[in-house]
Parts: sequence; C-alpha cells; structure tokens
Amino acid sequence: MSQALVIVAHGSHLNPGSSAPTYDHADTIRAAGAFDEVRTGFWKEEPSLREVLRTCEADEVYVVPMFISEGYFTEQVIPRELRLDDWDVADWDSDGLSADVATYTAEDTGQTVHYCGPVGTHESMTDVLVRRAESVTNDPDVGEGFGFAVVGHGTERNENSAKAIEYHADRVRDMDRFDEVQALYMDEEPEVDDVTDYFTAEDVVVVPLFISDGFHTQEDIPEDMGLTDDYRTGYDVPAAVDGHRIWYAGAVGTESLMADVVLERAADAGADVSAAIESVRETTRVAPGADD
Amino acid sequence: MLARQFDALLAAADSDDGIDFDGLHVAHESDGGYTFATPEHEATGLSESELHAHADGSPYVTNWYFWEREVQRHESPRRAFLRHAEAADDHGVHERYDALADGMVTEWGQLRIEATLADAAGDATPADGSRRYDVRHVDDADHPVEELERYDDPLEARELSKHDDDGMYRPLKTGTNMPTGWAFHDLDWRDAVETVETLYPATVANWYREREGRLDIDHWTDTTDRQTGIYGIVSELPREAVEWVAEAACDDSQCVKRREWQYDEGDDLAADGGTGAFPCREPCSLVIAAARRWTKLEEEEPREYTFHLTPSEKDQIEGVIDAVADGRVDEIREADVYEDANRYRTRYLRAKLFDDHGNLGSVPTDPEEGHDHDDHDDHDDHDDHDDHDDHDDHDDHDDHDDE
Repeated sequence: MSQALVIVAHGSHLNPGSSAPTYDHADTIRAAGAFDEVRTGFWKEEPSLREVLRTCEADEVYVVPMFISEGYFTEQVIPRELRLDDWDVADWDSDGLSADVATYTAEDTGQTVHYCGPVGTHESMTDVLVRRAESVTNDPDVGEGFGFAVVGHGTERNENSAKAIEYHADRVRDMDRFDEVQALYMDEEPEVDDVTDYFTAEDVVVVPLFISDGFHTQEDIPEDMGLTDDYRTGYDVPAAVDGHRIWYAGAVGTESLMADVVLERAADAGADVSAAIESVRETTRVAPGADD
Repeated sequence: MLARQFDALLAAADSDDGIDFDGLHVAHESDGGYTFATPEHEATGLSESELHAHADGSPYVTNWYFWEREVQRHESPRRAFLRHAEAADDHGVHERYDALADGMVTEWGQLRIEATLADAAGDATPADGSRRYDVRHVDDADHPVEELERYDDPLEARELSKHDDDGMYRPLKTGTNMPTGWAFHDLDWRDAVETVETLYPATVANWYREREGRLDIDHWTDTTDRQTGIYGIVSELPREAVEWVAEAACDDSQCVKRREWQYDEGDDLAADGGTGAFPCREPCSLVIAAARRWTKLEEEEPREYTFHLTPSEKDQIEGVIDAVADGRVDEIREADVYEDANRYRTRYLRAKLFDDHGNLGSVPTDPEEGHDHDDHDDHDDHDDHDDHDDHDDHDDHDDHDDE
C-alpha cells in the first residue's frame, strides 16, 4: 500500500514567503524518497486543507502540521478541514506538549489519515534550534562563551505556546552546551525587548520558535531587541546591543533540519522512514566554515 | 513497437482476460492460436511470430501499452485528465494518433496543454506511443518554445506562478493573473499532470469528481456555518450580500474556476457561476477572509449624506469605481483626461471636493463625532488586532500566532 506525507501549514494571503519553509522541507523529504508522494496543504493557500487529501493517490496519509504548538489550529481547524470526522482532541492524550498521533478515516476520500502532533513540540525540534544557532554563527561547535535565547509569542493567545518554548529552553539547557539559556517572550516577561538583561555572555544567539519569517520575526523582534530602528533598513548579524553581540537567527522553521522533525513525526506515527531520516540529517548538516 | 511492448502484449494475451482496449482485441484462443483484431482488421489462428508481425507498427498496440502498462491508474483523476487531453473517449486510435502528430490542445483555466506523440529516435528506437506534453499560458500559444522561459521540474511551477506579470503576489492560484512567458516543454505524462496540479491545485481531482457525478459541493451556508474563530461571524452576512460577494470575487474575470456552490442546496445565487473547465466546490479562504471584512462593514446602518455634484462629477465617481473594480487603472494613459479614472482628473476632483480632512464635500463621515473616514477604519483595525478570541487576523500579521 502506498503512503503519502502531507505537510499542512498556515500560509498567507499577503506574504509570499510564508509557504517557503514548508515547500523547502517537503522538497528535502521528497528527495529522500521515503514516501510515494509528498504534498503540502495550507489554511490560506492552495491546495487548501479542505482539498489537499484528494491531491494524494495514496491510501495511507501521514499529516504533519507545521505549527509551533498544540492549540486552535492543530486541535480545531486542521482536523475539521481535513474532515477527520471522529476527531477528538482526547485521542492525542496530550498534556499540551505530548501529542503524537491519532488515526482516522477522511470522510471525503476514505483515506487512512495518521494525524500527527505539530512539529514545534517534538523533542527533535530542540536539535533544530541548536542547528539554527550553528547556521547563524556558521560554527558547528557554537556553545562555549555563548548565551542562547528561544523566543516565543507568550501565553496571551495560547498557553501551550509558552509551554513549548519552556520545554525546548530546558532541553537546550540540559545539553550543557551554551553558557546560559533563556526563554523570552514577545508579550510577557521575560520580554525579548530586554534580551541583554538576561545574559552575561557577550555573544547571544536568539532563535524565534516560529515556522516562517514574517511580521513578528522580521519586523517586531529585530526592532524590539534594538538590532535596528527600522526593520526596512535591515540589521547586522551579529548586531551590537548594549555591549553584547546579538546573533539573531530568524524563524527556526526556515532551518533545513526542520525536515528531520517532520520525518520524526511521521516515524512516530508508524511510517517507515528511518533511511530517509539518516539521509536528511546528513544532507542538512552545517559544514565547518561553510558559507551558509 | 519495442521488444518489451510485445512481451507485455504476449503476457496480456496469455492471461485469462486477454486484451480488449481502445479497439484492440488480442487473445490466446483455446485452439492455441492468437487473435489480433482492430476496428479495421481481424486475424485469427496466429502463431507468436505472426502475432508479432501484426502487432509491429500497429498504433493500437503502442496505445494499449501507454495506457495500460505505463499510465495505468484506472479510475483515477490523473488518468482521466490525460485521456481528456487527447479526447480519448471520443476518437479512435488512428484518428487520435493523426491528431497527436499535430498536437492536441486542451485549455485549462489560463493553461494551454498540448499533447503530442514522442518522436521515433531512429530505427533502433521506433515510436513507442508514449506521449509528450507542453504546458504554458494560453496567451503564449503562438510563441516558439525557444522564446519562452523553459522549465522541466513541475515543482518550479510553484515559484513561477507565485507572482503575476507585474510582480504582485498571487494569493489565489486560480486567479486570472497567471504570469506569461514560460513553458514546461517535452514533459512525460507524470510531470504534465503534476505541473497542472501545481499551478492549479486540486482542479484535476475536483473536475474528475464532477465528471463522476460525485463532486462534494459545500454551499455558502455549509462553509460559513463550520467557521470558527475570527471567521465565525461570516455566517451573519445577509443573503443579499452573498450575491455581491459572488459577483465581486467569483466572476470569470477574477477566477478561472466555475462556481458550483450556491447560497444553500436548492437556493441558488443569481450571480453567474462562470464557464470554467473545472468546478469550485466551496467558498475559498480568500472569499471567506474578504467576506469577514464585508460582514463587519455590513453591520453599519446607512446614513443620509448630502453632496452637491455636477452630473459629470457623479459620472466620474462611478467611472473611478468601475475602473478600480475592473482593474483598468494601470491602462489609463497619463494624458487621457477623457477617462474618468485618469490620475489628473481624479486629483482635480479631490482638490475640488475634499476638505483638509479628506471628507467628500466637507461632509464629515460621522457628523456627531466629527470623525472622518480614515479614523473610523483605524478604529476597526485596532479592534481586530486586540480581539483575543481571534485566532487569526484580517491583515495576516498575526497569522503565525499559533504556528
């Protein structure tokens, strides 16, 4: 029986770059050859979540949401639009971070759909955050002498969003690789605006836990941290702020190793993708001194 | 005919069912001989070498091989689409091969898909019946392929169709602003369908469902009733306004899909659904997002304003609205002051009729508060942004909150 991977993401009516990371990761996985088909579907673009399943010929489909946390989109919008009629969020049996997979039959296509938890809460996402630090510093061994900040939206809209930030910050801290690790938020304490207050290390890597670059990661956060007065004029990497060097990485979702997290989600759901996981980890590696 | 094609023919003939496809009938009869029949010709009691002699050079055989051993996928949208691209249900094999030699063209929205037969590559590689496809914008039909930007990988269609010819982002893949100047040339059948599906996602699947009589249409009420979050209010849009939504957004001038959804089952909209080759089965996300804005705007009560306009000024205001609505503004020449929406004409009208606050005829938009129109809009936007129950945002800025 053939199997397909469908990566579902938000997309945008206004920002042409919103879908780019999803396309990039789909292409990486397609090249690894683990699935008969790799497709993408969007809430705001096409194929829509409503119609993406019918673009697959496979009988068995693994759906991985390119979202940072469990919440409104993963629990309501996506299952509803995919027509997973028996969907019950309790089937994920999640504490807000632990959704893995629940399996349904899509009402319109009859396909078996393995509906996975979002990429943002998977443990391998921690590796992507670290890989993002390696990419932005162009140093595969970055850590010593560096602080590391994970930035999220905060709890204002979704308490699980902050849970995911804390979870990954804790895991990076447990690696004992960076001198200091801190979770920061856009709309609550500790705020990203005060980033330099939270670190003694001169060099600080700042990685926003966002799927794609857009208003928040390209405009808000760089201005809030004082990297630039006007996002339109750009900013340096690293940028000097209050005696620190801020290595601002932009959205973690654009890191090529994200493709690995998507595969890990599918693997946890029972897809046979172990060879592809090895291949993706290898092909997305940061070479020492590589011009990234 | 290639050796592997004859091997496959022989294997199929030896199977219980034999071959009965597009006019070709081949069977291994109980008397030990083979039957080879086409609409023009029938031979029975053939030995294997005689069967080979009959099969060699027969378009029926290469045609069978292409459909039954390469494409396969019976009962699938892709096969149906490829069959449609050479009108296979309407024409016999000889007629089709003759037409394919010249190229058979299907228009699909703004796409032009041309099916041809792959050329023979010398005697060693005779024509094997495989098809090749060219996909391009209909407006580029007459351009030699060398003059167009060539693409081979269907995935490249994502990037090339992301912006229109003016460089503007296309949020609707089936919008009538597909860029021109490119060609996917000499594609095999897989890449041909993939290219079409990348440029116009899910259109092949929905066209097929419609053909099969099982298009799952979700009407306006079905679609708006299932919305939640910030789109929950769209179901409150009055029926009368839904007509205007369909006329504004779903007209053939705006989208190449043919609107099959109505207000409700048995309650059709008067607006024209269009003549597109493939159906639109429910209001799309762009329509829902715009309708959210219209729902909010329609909550306002009409007021009576008094303006004094010359007849020509009234005509001009109507002309400006028409020009914007029809996307003609960029076509109006700078010095063509006979056009209502000419920039100088419009600037003159503004200089004459607007006061310092941008109020038409110095009539405040809100006479009680003295607010002008712009203030009102900003207020609305602010409400949207701060509404914590919203999981989305009208301007996409907060789209990524839950990502």
